[in-house]
Amino acid sequence: MTHLLPLALKSAWNRRYTLGLTLIAIALSVTLLLGIERVRQDARDSFAQAVSGTDLVVGARGSPMQLLLYAVFHLGEASNNLDWDSAQVLAAHPAVAWTIPLSLGDSHRGFPVLATTPAFFEQFRYGDKQSLALAQGKPFVGLFDVVLGAEVAQRLGYKLGDRVALTHGMEATAGTEHADKPFSVVGILARTGTPVDRTLHIGLEALEAIHLDWQGGAPIPGFAIPPELVKKFNLTPKSVTAVLVGLKTRAGVFAMQRWVASYRDEPLMAVLPGVALAQLWEMMAVAERTLLAISALVVVVSFAGLVAVVLAGLGERRRELAILRANGARPRDLFTLLALEGGAVTLAGALVGVLLLTVLTFALGPWLEAHYGLLLKMAAPGFEEMRLLGWVVLVGTLASLLPGYRAYRLSLADGLTPRV
Amino acid sequence: MSLPVLLLENLLFRWPDQATACLEIAEFRVAAGEQVFIHGESGSGKSTLLNLIAGVLTPQQGNIAALGQPLSALSAAARDRFRVDHIGLIFQQFNLIPYLSVLDNVLLPCRFSARRSQRAGDPKQAAATLLQHLDLDAALWQRPASQLSVGQQQRVAAARALIGRPEIVIADEPTSALDAARQTAFLDLLQRECAAANAALLFVSHDLRLAEGFGRQVEMGQINRVAAT
Repeated sequence: MTHLLPLALKSAWNRRYTLGLTLIAIALSVTLLLGIERVRQDARDSFAQAVSGTDLVVGARGSPMQLLLYAVFHLGEASNNLDWDSAQVLAAHPAVAWTIPLSLGDSHRGFPVLATTPAFFEQFRYGDKQSLALAQGKPFVGLFDVVLGAEVAQRLGYKLGDRVALTHGMEATAGTEHADKPFSVVGILARTGTPVDRTLHIGLEALEAIHLDWQGGAPIPGFAIPPELVKKFNLTPKSVTAVLVGLKTRAGVFAMQRWVASYRDEPLMAVLPGVALAQLWEMMAVAERTLLAISALVVVVSFAGLVAVVLAGLGERRRELAILRANGARPRDLFTLLALEGGAVTLAGALVGVLLLTVLTFALGPWLEAHYGLLLKMAAPGFEEMRLLGWVVLVGTLASLLPGYRAYRLSLADGLTPRV
Repeated sequence: MSLPVLLLENLLFRWPDQATACLEIAEFRVAAGEQVFIHGESGSGKSTLLNLIAGVLTPQQGNIAALGQPLSALSAAARDRFRVDHIGLIFQQFNLIPYLSVLDNVLLPCRFSARRSQRAGDPKQAAATLLQHLDLDAALWQRPASQLSVGQQQRVAAARALIGRPEIVIADEPTSALDAARQTAFLDLLQRECAAANAALLFVSHDLRLAEGFGRQVEMGQINRVAAT
């Protein structure tokens, strides 16, 4: 083995261009495979991190998944609202420790605006039951105060005291701006790695206030209420999108769920976030498995390329093999030589792939986080990635046995005089 | 009489897919240090004979003993080992691994054989001495073998066959790729070095003009009964 290694290296160096291309193909396929695995894991993690400590999400009856997506991730279709009265009844229920009412619908330059109560800053938990922290400033107090998520502040370059105009709906089109009632930034939240980072937070009353002179999703023509006058109106919301509920004891969660489901004044439902997240993940599992299968196929294709390259080269190397044989190499040495070569290219390809992935994570991580809220960890390959990598190297080495076996057969058939 | 380095007795070899024998030799022996010129037309079984002696092929019948060791008693892997330990080989052309340097090519048998390496003393020094004896300029030693002329390549192959002083050197048409003047020069060098190493030389060629310098000349027809008929 030790006397073969320098030979294998020199032989490989002699064919460095074809082998190099093969190595790059393997490296890229490994990057793809591990990249998909990493995005999968991190997406799952950051999904699961998004909400914690909330026992129930209550909203109008409909699709539990849709409610969760909209209320927690601010994604997908708006669900029906529930009456403010119902929210009040819910908050007063003896089993309930706290409630956070949420209203969605407006945005600022593509970032969703969440209208809520100051309870949000005290009760909301994410990740491992972590509470929100303010990096700068304070929670909203005044009517037109806004607290920014870390990503919003960073991406748009806002600082405390800046004026921000909200947009009605998620699309910024002309005439849908609440330009007459700008908000001032009073607080910026510390980074959480959850949708909170990409959200602007205002009070529920503020949401009412900016829509006083609106009807049916548009300003009422010729009718405007200036900001200084809005306080004269009743700014209690008529309805909210959802209510996050914390119970006094977790044990009461199913009883509470039934209570919500049988609420008489309007059709409501209560969703256990963990269960809905699991369902959501189950739905995505098919897609992610397909992705993983495709990338595994790409790896297999690149190995087919490796085997083809080494096998094709073997025809030209028959003389080389015969010379080695005449000088004492046993057929099994030649087998080892070829298998070693394939194995080394596989290993090198895998390592370059990991390196490439690290560089890409480093380079694209901030962009991915900004655009997709996906927090890629700059960590050493985890268990699952190591397992995949192990498979890759194993399959590559097994594939390399094929040229090795062919070399073995050829050297037996050719003896000392290759028939070329 | 000393023990022959090579002894073939009652040898019969037939290719697996053929009905008639290809090689049938009653007896053929080579003494230590003897230089034998083997002459034969193509198809007379020369290559087969060399492959048998080198232990790559095994006969259906009969014995081949090299240095008193019956090759049939050895496993295939052991014959490979035995070959590199005791036999140096030179072929018609393309003897060298193109991407290895001249020096690495010469050192190849020492890589695979501890015995050759040990007998060479300091293998690098031995290689240098042989290359000098074979008129190869030191400037060429680190070059890849592919950059050498055919004549230079054959001399490198000779150095490789001789390193570690194997008891037998087999040369299969080593001069056929060279022009006439270089043929004689190469043959002189080869014979001189084999004599210096006390290696028996089996020189196979179809070119009778080269036979003069050899003490013993053998026609394939004389030893191979199949070719004679």
